[in-house]
Amino acid sequence: MLRFIVRRLLLTIPLLVGISLISFLMIHLAPGGPISIATDLNPRATADARARLEKYYGLDRPLHVQYARWLERMATLDFGDSFSPDGRPVAQKIRERIPITLTINVLSMGLILLVAIPIGIYSAVHRGSLFDRASTVFVFTGFSIPTFWLALLLMILFGVKLGWLPISGIGSLDYQSLGLAGKIADRARHLLLPVLLAGFSGLAGMSRYMRSNMLEVIRQDYIASARAKGLPERKVVYRHAMRNAVLPVITILGLSVPDLLGGSVIFETIFAIPGMGQLFYQGVMSRDYPLIMGILTIGAFLTLLGNLLADVGYALADPRIRQG
Amino acid sequence: MTGSGGIWRDFARRLLRNRLAAAGGLVILFFFLVAAFPALFTSRNPDRIDVSVILQPPSAAHPLGTDDLGRDVLARVVYGARVSMKVGFVAVGIATAIGLVIGLLSGFYGGRVDAVLMRFVDIMLCFPTFFLILSVIAFLSPSIVNIMAVIGLTGWMGVARLVRAETLSLKERDFVAAARAQGAGTARIVFRHILPNALAPVLVSATLGVAGAILTESALSFLGIGVQPPTPSWGNILTIGKNYIEFAWWLSLFPGLAILFTVLGYNLLGEGIRDAADPRLSGR
Repeated sequence: MLRFIVRRLLLTIPLLVGISLISFLMIHLAPGGPISIATDLNPRATADARARLEKYYGLDRPLHVQYARWLERMATLDFGDSFSPDGRPVAQKIRERIPITLTINVLSMGLILLVAIPIGIYSAVHRGSLFDRASTVFVFTGFSIPTFWLALLLMILFGVKLGWLPISGIGSLDYQSLGLAGKIADRARHLLLPVLLAGFSGLAGMSRYMRSNMLEVIRQDYIASARAKGLPERKVVYRHAMRNAVLPVITILGLSVPDLLGGSVIFETIFAIPGMGQLFYQGVMSRDYPLIMGILTIGAFLTLLGNLLADVGYALADPRIRQG
Repeated sequence: MTGSGGIWRDFARRLLRNRLAAAGGLVILFFFLVAAFPALFTSRNPDRIDVSVILQPPSAAHPLGTDDLGRDVLARVVYGARVSMKVGFVAVGIATAIGLVIGLLSGFYGGRVDAVLMRFVDIMLCFPTFFLILSVIAFLSPSIVNIMAVIGLTGWMGVARLVRAETLSLKERDFVAAARAQGAGTARIVFRHILPNALAPVLVSATLGVAGAILTESALSFLGIGVQPPTPSWGNILTIGKNYIEFAWWLSLFPGLAILFTVLGYNLLGEGIRDAADPRLSGR
C-alpha cells in the first residue's frame, strides 16, 4: 500500500510542474506582460504597486530564472499582494475564504452520495419501472438545467413568495447574539439552498453513473452463480452486486472536485456567500491578477488532491488496484 | 460505397425511432428557426426602449412582459437564441477540431508524442474549467468572440482522450493492416480508415458539448462576464431578473426555460446518437 501511495505521489510531480508552468506562461503571454496588464487595465494600480510587481516577478532577470523564482513562490504558496485597495497578501485572503467553500462542497458531496447511490441502484434493479423512468427524466433535467437559474427560481419561491429561507449571506444580522443552537440553526438555514444547488447537477450525473455501473455488475457471472446457489435476490443485489458497483463512485467523487469548485463561483455570487468563489469573481471583475492566479493555482492543487485521494481511497477499498 | 450508405440509413432509422432523441432534435430545429428567422416569432425590436412600459407582467401586447427599460422580453429571448446557437456551435467546433488533431496524433504515433500530449491533457484537466475560463476572460475582455474562443480552447481535452482511445484500437484492426499492405500512406490511413470509424463517439461528445457550451455561456453572461448588454443573451436577461427578483418573476422564468429546453434538446439528441451508433449500449 505504501509503495502504491509513493508511486502515486511521484506521478503528481510532473503535473505540479505543469500547473506552475501554465500559470507562469499565462501571466507572461498576456498582452504586454504582467506589469502592463496590471497597470493599463487597472486604474487602481499605483506606481508603488508597479514597483512591487516588478520586484515580485523579477522582470529584470532571464526567463528561466523568473520561472524558478515563480516555482519557489508557488511552493510556499506566496501569490504576492492583491491589487485591491487593502493590498493584503493573496494567500491570506484565500485562507480566510476557503473554509466556507470547502464546507459547502463537502456537504454537497455528502448529499450527492446519500441520494444518488440509492436512486441509481434502485433504478438499475427495477429497470424500466415507473421509478426508473422518472429518475431518467430527473437525470436529464439535472444535466440540462442551468443551476444558477434554478437558484433564482428557488430564491423566488422560498425566499420571496414563502419567506421561509434567507436568500443571501451565511448569517442573519443578529447572528452574534444567538446561542450555540441558534447559531447552528441560522447557519443551516442560510446554507440549505446553496448546498442543495451545488450538489444538484452532480446528483444527476452520479445517479446515472451508479445505475449503469449496477447494470454492468448484475450481468457478471458471479451474480448468476450467487443466484444459482439460491441466495435471496435481496442478498444478491445488496451484498454481492452493490459492493462492486459502489467502488468506482470513489473515483467519480474525486473527479467532481473541479466542477464543484467552478460551481462555487456561481453559487457564492448569487447567494452572497463570502467564500473563495465569490473572492475569485470579485478578482475577475476588478482584474486583480495576483488574486486570480492565486485562486486558479489553488483550484488546480485542490483538483490534484481530489484525484489523489480518490486513487488512494480506491486502492484501499480494492486490493486489485494496489497490486496491479 | 453502397454498403456504407446502408449503415447510415440504419443509423438514421434507429435515431428517429428513439422518441426522446427525435423530440430533442425537433426542439433544436425549432430554436434554429428562431435564431435564423427571429422576425417570424416577434414583430418587436429587442433593443427598443420604452419607458412607459417598464417591468410590465406578461400581457397581450408583451406576451412575456417587459424588462427594466421597457424592452419586450419575448423579442429579447427570441434574439438571444442567436447568441446561444452561435456560441454552442463555434465553441464546440474549436474544441472538437483541437481534440481531433491531438487525439489522432497521440493515438496514431504513440510513444513519446503520445506521452507528451497526454501529460499536457492531464495538466489542463487539473484546472477547474470554469476557473480557467474566468481567468482568461479577465486578461482579455468579455465579448462573444472571446467567449466562444475561450470555451473552445478549454474544452477539447475530453475529445482528445476519446479520439486517442479510438485511434489506438482502430489502428490495430485488420482493415487498417490490409490498407497498409495495399500501400496506403499515413494520411490515407488516418483520414480514410481511422477517422471515419472514430466519428460516432466524437459526434456524441460534440452534441453533448454544445449543451455544455450553452450552459457555460449563459452562466458567464449571467455573471456579467459573458455577452455584454445591449446584445440580448439568455444569461444576461437573467441578470436583470435577479436584480428585480422580488417583483418581476417573468424576467427570471422565461429565459431560463429557453436555456433548459435547448440544452435538454441537445442532451437527448446526443444520448440518442450514442444509442443509435451502438445499439448494444441502449438503455444504459
